[in-house]
Amino acid sequence: MHRTGELYGQFETLEQQKDSAALGMWIFLVTEVLFFGGMFMTYTVNRHEFFTAFGVGGNTLDIKLGTTNTIVLIMSSLTMAMAVWSAQTGRKKLVTTFLILTLGLGGVFLGIKGIEYKQKFDHHLIPGHNFDISYRVNHPEPGEDPQLLAAEREELAKAWAADPNLNSHAQLYVSLYFAMTGLHALHMVVGAGLLLWLLSQAVKQRFTPSYNTPVEIVGLYWHFVDIVWIYLFPLLYLIDRHR
Amino acid sequence: MPREHYLNATYGIRSWLLTTDHKRIALLYLASVTFFFFVGGIFAAMIRIHLLTPNGLLVSPETYNKLFTMHGVAMIFFFLIPSIPAVIGNFLIPIMIGAKDLAFPKINLLSWYIYLAGGCFVLYSFSTGGLDTGWTFYTPLSSVYSNSAVTPAVIGIFINGFSSILTGLNFIVTIHTMRAPGMTWFRLPLFVWAHYAVSLVMILGTPVIAITLLLAGLERVFHLGFFNPALGGDPILFQHLFWFYSHPAVYIMILPAMGVISEIIPTFARKEIVGYGFIAGSSIAIAVIGFLVWAHHMFVTGESTYAALAFSFLSYLVAVPSAVKVFNWSATLYKGSISFDTPMLYALGFIGLFLIGGLTGLFLACLGLDIHIHDTYFVVAHFHYIMVGGAVMGYLGALHFWWPKITGRLYPEFLARIAALVLFIGFNLTFFPQFILGYLGMPRRYHNYPPEFQVLNVMSTAGASILAVGYLLPMVYLVWSMRYGKVAGPNPWPATGLEWTTDSPPLTENFRVTPEVTWEPYDFRNRPELGLQVGASLAPAHGDD
Repeated sequence: MHRTGELYGQFETLEQQKDSAALGMWIFLVTEVLFFGGMFMTYTVNRHEFFTAFGVGGNTLDIKLGTTNTIVLIMSSLTMAMAVWSAQTGRKKLVTTFLILTLGLGGVFLGIKGIEYKQKFDHHLIPGHNFDISYRVNHPEPGEDPQLLAAEREELAKAWAADPNLNSHAQLYVSLYFAMTGLHALHMVVGAGLLLWLLSQAVKQRFTPSYNTPVEIVGLYWHFVDIVWIYLFPLLYLIDRHR
Repeated sequence: MPREHYLNATYGIRSWLLTTDHKRIALLYLASVTFFFFVGGIFAAMIRIHLLTPNGLLVSPETYNKLFTMHGVAMIFFFLIPSIPAVIGNFLIPIMIGAKDLAFPKINLLSWYIYLAGGCFVLYSFSTGGLDTGWTFYTPLSSVYSNSAVTPAVIGIFINGFSSILTGLNFIVTIHTMRAPGMTWFRLPLFVWAHYAVSLVMILGTPVIAITLLLAGLERVFHLGFFNPALGGDPILFQHLFWFYSHPAVYIMILPAMGVISEIIPTFARKEIVGYGFIAGSSIAIAVIGFLVWAHHMFVTGESTYAALAFSFLSYLVAVPSAVKVFNWSATLYKGSISFDTPMLYALGFIGLFLIGGLTGLFLACLGLDIHIHDTYFVVAHFHYIMVGGAVMGYLGALHFWWPKITGRLYPEFLARIAALVLFIGFNLTFFPQFILGYLGMPRRYHNYPPEFQVLNVMSTAGASILAVGYLLPMVYLVWSMRYGKVAGPNPWPATGLEWTTDSPPLTENFRVTPEVTWEPYDFRNRPELGLQVGASLAPAHGDD
């Protein structure tokens, strides 16, 4: 097994090794763009086809939680970039600090996602037999603002009038919501695993100005996961938003 | 034979299963793709035997659906797509560019294991109920109504896709960063250019089939509705997403074979390739334009006339770079000093059969004509001419051409030429009648047919039995030659190209000293060490203009 930082046998120089690693990660990210792209295409076609139902579906998402998550993830990209900078400028202790911060923010994101998923479960919005887009307005929580509730009921009534298959089509929205955010969350979990591995190296102060390629390429991956969310957030949460 | 080479450098099963040597990995792939070729071949044999009589001889209609599906899945995803890139490409690309290995040798090994994992899921599907949706997995049959083992198959193909993606990634990085000093882009062998283009298609297209099959699988397992019209979903959306990969996939299957032909023709015409830049550029052009034609598989789905027009036009356009290659190969042959060694027989066969297959593709791209021949045996004949007459002959030509390099031994030339001839005859007898059947209206994927089509079907089956002999012969004599073949020496043909300057078989690290390249590719004139008598009648070497 090779220790990190050594020149691997197939390469002639460390520079060649570093260039290869970076190019490899960029190409991998291109494949990820195409991977998510297929789902974005499916989403776009369906959003166009079932605008009403997707509007209703989108409004079931909690904008406060979504916005918080967006800010959390952008901050984690910042801390990741700071980790890369620290490695490049020889601030070995800071590398560890920023990696831990990135991991922490990533964990916050996943936690909030979990809360959102639980909300969906509570509101009978999991695709399947019990999916009921009208469940929430018919079973309001105690203490909810009656005016907002009435507005929601009216919206829903108009939507049902416009689309007799509202439940099916809204279920399509939620299926895509779970598929897209689920795939994204899976990538974040993988990213968290990579960060843990980086951390195991960083605490041993392995990263120096002359050797920090792993931090850089994991950084690239983390930024990519962030950018996917930057697209997901407006597409899922912000289009046709009423509240 | 050299004393030490990559085959005897280390011994034991672990040294093979845990190898990171690209040459050993290539041989691991050789074994596994050959296995899946057998699997697909057995299904093909059953199909052809079944079609000996108008009402079907062998199996029930439901089983017949499974036969053609599993034949397609095994052949396309587990034989054709990996074949040349993972076997020949893996072996040769580092040597051709003067490197010691690919950029990511461990990822290369991982690619093979991922391929095996995907293969296991698909074999599990085949043996627990089979698959009856067609290799095209159209919804909602595949995602809702089929009672066959769709889910494991879809998982297997999904996993296998990552093998493709990682191989393509490895090739692109390697070609960019690991060329030896003096090996500039325009000194690269055309085989490398072809694989660069293929790798672009692999990394851009494969993720789309992955997500498409993932969505179809989720739909099947969790009863979601993306592609199910009963739940508001759109089956045509599935077709668009599916073909967005699966059309470029056919270029994944043919581009490497074209790269092989570009190596074989100059060698056995003893002449520099004509139009190097055009051939290199046409590989890239095919890769790019190939992404723009997918809906020519959907002309009868009700797409708008304007869309159909656009895709038909683009499909004609994509034929142009392919034709450019054929013209350049022909020009290379012209006034060359030609010898008919086995690789050359396969290459010449390729040119003729690819020509027929490609031209009939244009017939299909013609909107009016497609209404009549879509989903008939005309289509089946068209793609078999390209995939078997083209890609498989390219693969066999490559195996024979580089066999001395891979094993250090020569295969028996006379027997090999006979086998190539048998294969060519068997192939044409199998598939040419299918053009006629399709034109006369016999639909594809049907377990029975009107009695007036029986003669042509029997001809096709007879041809298939001859074709089978043509495949079995090389399997026998190639294996025989590994032990008893004549020792080859570094450059038996002789050919230009860095790989022929190494030992046969090469050292594990390919080169004792990193080569420095100062010569142009296919430059037979200025390489006296190749021992060729180069006369004034040959074309001037590149750079003399």
